[in-house]
Formats: sequence, C-alpha cells, structure tokens
Amino acid sequence: MEKKDMVCIVCPMSCKVTFDLAEDGSITKVEGHTCPRGENYVRKELTNPTRMLTSTIKIEGAFYDRLPVITSSDIPKSKLFDVMKEINKTVVKAPVKAKDVLISNVCGLGVNIIASRSMQAVENK
Amino acid sequence: MKTYDLVVIGGGSAGLASALGAYDQGIRDILILERDKELGGILQQCIHNGFGLIEFKEELAGPAYAERFVDLIVNNKIQYKLNAMVTHMSNDKVIEYVTPSEGYVTIKAKAIILAMGCRERTRGAIAIPGFRPAGIWSAGTAQRYLNMEGYLVGKKVFILGSGDIGLIMARRMILEGAEVLGVAEIMPYSNGLPRNIKQCLIDFDIPLFLSHTITRIEGLDRVSQVEVSQVDENFRPIKGTEKYFDVDTVLFSVGLIPENALSEEADVEIHPRTRGPIVNESYQTSVEGIFACGNVLHVHDLVDFVSLESRKAGIAAAKYLKNELKPGKTFNCVAKDGIGYIVPHKINVENVDKSLECMFRVTKNVKNVALTIKKDGVVLRTVKKRHLAPAEMEKLVLTKADLMDCKESISIEITEV
Repeated sequence: MEKKDMVCIVCPMSCKVTFDLAEDGSITKVEGHTCPRGENYVRKELTNPTRMLTSTIKIEGAFYDRLPVITSSDIPKSKLFDVMKEINKTVVKAPVKAKDVLISNVCGLGVNIIASRSMQAVENK
Repeated sequence: MKTYDLVVIGGGSAGLASALGAYDQGIRDILILERDKELGGILQQCIHNGFGLIEFKEELAGPAYAERFVDLIVNNKIQYKLNAMVTHMSNDKVIEYVTPSEGYVTIKAKAIILAMGCRERTRGAIAIPGFRPAGIWSAGTAQRYLNMEGYLVGKKVFILGSGDIGLIMARRMILEGAEVLGVAEIMPYSNGLPRNIKQCLIDFDIPLFLSHTITRIEGLDRVSQVEVSQVDENFRPIKGTEKYFDVDTVLFSVGLIPENALSEEADVEIHPRTRGPIVNESYQTSVEGIFACGNVLHVHDLVDFVSLESRKAGIAAAKYLKNELKPGKTFNCVAKDGIGYIVPHKINVENVDKSLECMFRVTKNVKNVALTIKKDGVVLRTVKKRHLAPAEMEKLVLTKADLMDCKESISIEITEV
C-alpha cells in the first residue's frame, strides 16, 4: 500500500486528490476532491491515461509546408510517440479540407489523423 | 481618399469577430486590414486543442476555430486585405497602410476597431546577462516556425517562464524529437493552467524549477549553456544555487504585451496596468469612433472570451455609426485591494442594455475569499469565491439596476470571508 497524490486537471480548482494505491493497482481512500470528476479522473489516469495528440503533417502544393492535424479522439498516452512516427512518415497533397481523414486507423488504434484546417492548392508559392 | 464606414485593424480572432458583430447590425462597408498572408491571426499557429468550448460547445484546434470565423467573413463577403501592414493611424481616423499589390495607401474611416493583438516580451525586456548568440527565441516565434513553417528551432532546449505558450512548446518540441531540459519560473507558482503543467511537463518528465530564473546565457555563435539560479522573495538570484544546463536553444515565455504603437500615435489613452486602451462600456477608447477589443485591449487566456468581447465591440461600433450610442455622464470602474484591473474602465449606464459583463484579474493566488462590489463606496454585494488566480480572468455581471444612480464609481476588492 502506497500513499499517493495527484492534481486533478478537470477544472481550474486543481484539487489535490490523495489516495492509497494497493499492489494490485486498486485504489482506496480517495480524498481531497470536491466533486465526483476528481475521483473519475484519478481512476482513469491510473488505469488507462489517454491524451489528444496534435501535430503537423507535411503538405505539398499549399502555401505552407505543414498542415496542422489532430487525432479524431484521445489515444493511450503510451502511444504518443508511435503515432508521431506515423505522422512524420506521411506526406499529403493540397487541397485538403478541414476534417479530411489523412491517416486512418493510425497504429491500429481505431483512431484517425484528421486535418485541423483546410488548405488550398496554390500554383506558385 | 477612399472612406469606409468601418476599418478593422487586424484579422485575427478579435478582428474577425468584431467585423461580424458590426455586419450583423447591418454595417456593410467594412474593411479588415491583415498583415499576414491569410486571416486567422495567432490561432493558425496554436495547433493544440482546447479552443471553442464556450463559442462552439466543442473542443477544437486553433486553426479549426479560426476557419469557422474566416468562413463567415467570406460567406458574408466582408472585404479584407492581406499582406496589408498599417503604418500610421491618426485621431481623425486617417489610416495609412502598405501592401505589395497596392503600394502605399491612405484611407479614412468613420469608425475604427483596434484588433492588433499583442506581442511577446523578449529577453531584452527582462535583462539577462551573457552573450548574444543564435538560438534564443520567444516561445511564440518558435511555435510559428515549427507549426506553420516546419522548422524545429533547436534540439536541446531550456524554457524560461511557465506561461501556457512555453508549456505547450515544451510538449511540441519533445514530440518532434527535441530534448527539453527544464522550465524555470521566477514566481513560486506557475501562471500556466494546471492541465498544461500535467499534460505538457509531468507527462514528459520535464522538471519545473519554481522560484528560479536564468542568470546567464553562454555561447558565442550559438547558445551552449544556461545558468539557472534560485531567487529569493524579492526575485534576486541567490548566490551558490547556480545550476548549469548544456543546451542549444532558449525559449522565452515571459508574458504578452498589447500591441499599441498605432493606438498611441492616434492619442488613444493607454491604461498603465493592462497596457491597452482605456475603454468604456461600448469598448470605445478615449478617441471618439475608435474602439478596441481582444488582446490589444487586455491579454486574454481563452480565445472564446476574445470572440465574445469582440463581437460586442463590433455591435457597439455599428451603433456608433448609426448614431445610436448615447452621450452621457460616465463613472469609473475601480480596481481596489487584490484586483489588478477591470475592463471596461468607464461606464455610461445609458448604453447598458440589461446587464454589463466586467472582466478582471486578481493580483495573487487566493482561496476562500469574497469579492466585495461597492457603488460609490457603499457595498452593493459580496460574492464568495473558492479560488482566484492571476492566470484566470474573472467575470462579474452587473445589472442595469446595479449601475443606475451610480455617481462616481463601481469598485471591486477582495475581502476576508
């Protein structure tokens, strides 16, 4: 049994949530949070922490060389760098529309990499 | 000289929302002047998500948020000029700008909305000794290079200042293969959002040194090392606490300053605390017919609040053009104990519809306190607050009834519960 604490990031209150973490990963004695979201956050963060990922992808034929992209939903935190590798391997061609799927089912996670914005094709940069 | 009803200086989040606010009130002769090669402003480089929760009830990346506004401008056929840099503005509302296609142009406006945004404080503004090598960037400049132009500005990075841009750049540079050795913050607390401390620093094991600052930068051609020292309660470096980091890049995320060179040229009165124009309830500055909104007025933490404020400024500018803004006596909004500033700074109750939103910031982190609102020195009401921080802009809604019969001032202060 280990006493741990975590700052809840759901709202600006930033509650310091304390809890006991058992050997098997289960948590008890969750205290310090002022609303139920604090406990949910701690449980998810300990079992399967996920994050949205935003980055850029190389684009050809547009007036910038980079197109901003975002994951269609949150992905496991441990997969951030694997997904970055896939994104950095990919090159797309203008025109692109916002929400276009640029990489589908990235790293087999069931999540797509989509365009954050539209980018027109241009003749001469 | 061509005359427009309304000229909006700046095509970022404030400029776009204010133009749309005026358009919705029937103003059609609008011109937006934007110095970059596309509309959208700084949102285009803020590729992280978290924008739009209030405005669109969903979490968007910055460029996606911008695109929704740009689409409305285009669909409504509101005129705009790109690569158009305003060089001068006078208090009789004559504007001079340059563009590659038109050259030097002088126009006149019946009303102007200032929406130039803000710029970043630099190393020069905070005086760090040492050499002047390559590899020193403001965080926002490095962000534009990385997210729009596709250049990573360094491989081994140290960041000064724990504002949100610095935190977000720490994560971005790590994801793109750089190493971030640490973030130093001179204050005993971070001004960044706790969620960014978690997602951008803790997630990647980047150390945050609170009450620390960079005391020296080494390197002849390129940055080679930074010296970081702990500071005392007066922010003076403590001898003997020096740490050294071998880095090739230093990013500065040490605050934003409203960009008011044009405003000052037109004799617009500037507030010493916000460093933006002094405005009334209609976002009108001290110069009649010149309005201000967004980060040129005061630095916001959320773009959603910029859009809300700017739409209101656009509506007010439309009322001015239609002679619907009523003259009358104004009284002051006064920031007292614990309050840094309040926007608007002045109120003419004749132009308040049903209620007025006052935005303000506190000067330090406090918990379990009350906000006491006074009218002409007499307590109007107190509002309990569990948590207030300088990093988070606060809102206070005053009803028309609250404001009626006010002679001198409405004030806000922090009091014990």
